[in-house]
Amino acid sequence: MYAYDEIDRTLVNERVAEFRDQVKRRLSGELTEDEFKMLRLQNGVYLQLHAYMFRVAIPYGTLSSQQLRRLAHVARRYDRGYGHFTTRQNIQFNWIKLAELPDALADLADVGIHAMQTSGNNTRNVTSDQWAGVAPGEIEDPRIWAEILRQYTTLHPEFSFLPRKFKFAITASANDRAAIKIHDIGLRLHKNAEGETGFEVLVGGGLGRTPFLAKTIRPFVHGSDLLSYVEAIMRVYNQYGRRDNIYKARIKILVHELGIEKFAHEVEEEWQQMREGALKLDDDVVEDIRSRFFYPAYEKLPHMPDELRKAAHDPQFEAWRKNSVSPHKVQGYAIATISLKPVGGPPGDATAEQMDALADLADKYSFGEIRVGHEQNLALPHVAKRDLPALWKALDKAGLATPNVNLVSDIIACPGLDYCSLANARSIPIAQELTRRFANLDTANLIGRLHINISGCINACGHHHVGHIGILGVEKNGEEVYQITIGGRADENAALGALIGPAVPYAEVADVVEDIVEAYLALRERPEELFIDTVKRLGVEPFRERVYATR
Amino acid sequence: MPLVKGGKITDDVFVHVADGAALPDDGAILVPAARLLENPASVLDRKDKIGVIWPNNRDVDDLVPYLDRLAVVALVFPIFRDGRAYSQARLLRERFSYRGELRATGQVLRDQFVFMLRAGFDSFEVKKQSDAEAFAQTVKRYSVFYQPTGDGRLTALHRRMQLRHSESAGL
Repeated sequence: MYAYDEIDRTLVNERVAEFRDQVKRRLSGELTEDEFKMLRLQNGVYLQLHAYMFRVAIPYGTLSSQQLRRLAHVARRYDRGYGHFTTRQNIQFNWIKLAELPDALADLADVGIHAMQTSGNNTRNVTSDQWAGVAPGEIEDPRIWAEILRQYTTLHPEFSFLPRKFKFAITASANDRAAIKIHDIGLRLHKNAEGETGFEVLVGGGLGRTPFLAKTIRPFVHGSDLLSYVEAIMRVYNQYGRRDNIYKARIKILVHELGIEKFAHEVEEEWQQMREGALKLDDDVVEDIRSRFFYPAYEKLPHMPDELRKAAHDPQFEAWRKNSVSPHKVQGYAIATISLKPVGGPPGDATAEQMDALADLADKYSFGEIRVGHEQNLALPHVAKRDLPALWKALDKAGLATPNVNLVSDIIACPGLDYCSLANARSIPIAQELTRRFANLDTANLIGRLHINISGCINACGHHHVGHIGILGVEKNGEEVYQITIGGRADENAALGALIGPAVPYAEVADVVEDIVEAYLALRERPEELFIDTVKRLGVEPFRERVYATR
Repeated sequence: MPLVKGGKITDDVFVHVADGAALPDDGAILVPAARLLENPASVLDRKDKIGVIWPNNRDVDDLVPYLDRLAVVALVFPIFRDGRAYSQARLLRERFSYRGELRATGQVLRDQFVFMLRAGFDSFEVKKQSDAEAFAQTVKRYSVFYQPTGDGRLTALHRRMQLRHSESAGL
């Protein structure tokens, strides 16, 4: 965890006071809606179909139990008793009243949470690996750098009115759980030939109407140069990014239109003029940030405690453990992923009661810490293995022990037409129907790892392009129809999915997905060959033939 | 449109010269960039103060040769959501060491005052009278700044280091 100091707290409180004044001026009519819109967006407030939606940042996906309880409080006090975790380590509340927003923000500020820049044409929440700091084999904890970037990008005087939104993601693992290749700037911590730690910098990734995977702009940028290099990229973008067309305004389009070499050259020219300036990070400044991250005092525990050995006889516990528990860098500990994808439920939703229950469990079993992943699940990052059986029982009681992590029913979905004013089609009911179709865990385990991602419009909040199976809802002649892609992925081997055939109506989506899965089971070489690998080996064609033969 | 300068509403001594209009014989003038660039000598050859209105889609590199002759550079926010002039302002102040008046013009609103000050602007053609009147109050909204810019405000990172050093020195 990063501990806010007085300086961080002051800024968040000043921001709340500023927003309170802005809301007051809007309600009195002093501010027009056009003037107010960008101000509220920069505090995470959208106007949705039914009400204002409020998006709160969870920087690099790390929460304390106290913070999670406060999110539960906001859900209960200002909303309808639940929240929705998003693909960018944010949480959204869907039924907030504008007049109450400043109070909700003030309640969150008390525990060091804010909603700054969770929307608007500025740098958004800096995201990272939800297993940062606990995953085995990590270069170092990427959250140190994510926090440096969070501070640097917060209320940046030059980059608060960019051509379009701007997203950072950072990973320090060989397995990319932060989806860095679909971000405007992706950062991969690694060591160069001299053994120094630095960043591979990728630029120009993003989904939406014109999806691109990020390209490497510089294979190695030293940590001390990170901020100056990032500033050079953003300055080039701020000046030359397109502002004439909202769909061409992201940095990915500038990178694409100039070509990565020309873009890199522009950045290099800018960087060389300021890299030795005030943004250079001294070691002691970095150390100061590092020193304010605190880590658990782990005990020396056995690799295989008796409690775990005994519990192995319970098939239900074993099903959960095999699915949801991952190795920790410290012996005797584990990472427990908490699925927010129950059968028939909207992906990523948690009730206030569940948040409170999980906060209590985090205090009891995870040193008071909770993580949020881009797959819209949560995790307890420091669970002693001996506590796993007790944790599982408690999770089960709270409805939080669905053992479907990474399986076909662990679906990513945007809010879609049920909430969102941009959506053309429903996402959540499609996801709910699919979780019912694949409710049988034996079947789901037989299928193995398979990610289904659903977006209700071209803006791709549900990351459909990078789903193993991607589902995109569009509107055609007043009807919701869905385009289906296969072969996408968001990890270190990121790829965009390919269209499998003509769009299908709402009522047929689940049937088509079932047919795709059946085709895979028939086509795979052996049970261990994952869906995504079968698609890679065979291409789309054999799937198309099987799925569309009778349609 | 009220002009805020030195933190207060003041009279604008500069006459805005429209495209194609004749230059007045004397007095301070503010001319469009194109006017300056097409015939620099005709604009710069006068005893009174000269300012230029520089568009946000033209590199400030082109302005650099004239900077030491200019009393005002006015950068443009056609709408407040178009942030290109923030980069231009920082380049003029921090890279090209421009020390004259740097004026924000266009849709200049209260909620961007702090950003503009931090980027190096020191005068503001404010769109609304009420915003201009609220200037002094508004710029006090923030006391914490995370980024180093040319305005010299101490960043959070450096304040922490100072605090740390004064603690370890037993002060």
